Amino acid sequence: MMNTIWGVGVLISIGYMFLVGGDAQALANSLARSGEQALALTLGLIGTVAFWSGMNRVAEAAGLLKALGFLLRPLFVRLFPSLRREDRALRLVMSNVCATLLGLGNAATPLGLEAMRAMQEQNPRQDTATDAMCTLIVMNTTGVTVFPATVVGLRLAAGSENPMSIIGATLLASLFGLSVGLIADRLLSRWWSR
Amino acid sequence: MILLIICAVILATGLWRGVSVFDEFVLGAKQGALIVVRLFPYVLAMILAVNLLEASGLMALLVHHVGNVVQGLGMPSEVVPLALLRPLTGSGSLAVTHGILAEHGPDSFVGLLASTIQGSNDTTLYVLTVYFGAIGVKKMRHGLVVGLLSDMASLFAAVAIVHHLFN
Repeated sequence: MMNTIWGVGVLISIGYMFLVGGDAQALANSLARSGEQALALTLGLIGTVAFWSGMNRVAEAAGLLKALGFLLRPLFVRLFPSLRREDRALRLVMSNVCATLLGLGNAATPLGLEAMRAMQEQNPRQDTATDAMCTLIVMNTTGVTVFPATVVGLRLAAGSENPMSIIGATLLASLFGLSVGLIADRLLSRWWSR
Repeated sequence: MILLIICAVILATGLWRGVSVFDEFVLGAKQGALIVVRLFPYVLAMILAVNLLEASGLMALLVHHVGNVVQGLGMPSEVVPLALLRPLTGSGSLAVTHGILAEHGPDSFVGLLASTIQGSNDTTLYVLTVYFGAIGVKKMRHGLVVGLLSDMASLFAAVAIVHHLFN
């Protein structure tokens, strides 16, 4: 799937440029700049991800994830039925979703990655996503956040009279997106079989 | 603020429970750094594709045509680039939101809508690439479709909600 989307996307871009007689040099430059940008993004990510992975490991050793899991387990077992017998993966999923809810994007990504790795350990087909992986993806891509700190900061900087006025709207819109996503996830996982 | 409290609680509980907090932290940080390094090629591939879409003028063409369609649905054409970029690139959509707020004002209808779109979504393609890339899963099955579907849902919910609340 990704092979087709990516390959065709790149080809169409280059083809369109030739079709309309666009700036070939600019296109070549943007191609060359990609490496630089990807490196900058990766370097920027290493610090925060490493920090929160370290913190997460301490929290796990201290039994904090277990405590959190005890409270939320009933809800998440419904959302992730295949993880019923995989305590570690389920706990990581729960902490990832909690971090996302609190708007701690930097903390959420390492937890999410570790949850994916824990699920991958039990995955019989290593190159194919499991149902639980797709559900976790939906919960992360919809961006349900109680306090969207980045946008509020952006509005504050732009001189808004009430930077937080959008908080109810963002929560409602993202909850609607999440509901649609979870329903679609359930329906599609049936016939999009492995 | 919240972050500091969380760190303090984690470390305090660790020390109290007799966890070797330094050793555990270093081990965890090492794993985290390795995850990101393994991620680099996937990030490169995504950035390359988005850059080409923009530099070739295809993105502008898309914005133009999509703009004509969605205006009928109550979405002003000023936010169309944002709606298209939001699932693709986090830094890109942040820059577009910043521009809209500066041009139209954060408390205008367009400004409120842009803020809501920016705040009620996440970078779906980035999350997909990063999460599946880190563990080497190549067949995402319905992951991509469902991710984009929920993006569309929250996008149009944002338009309806901002119309209702602020207009």
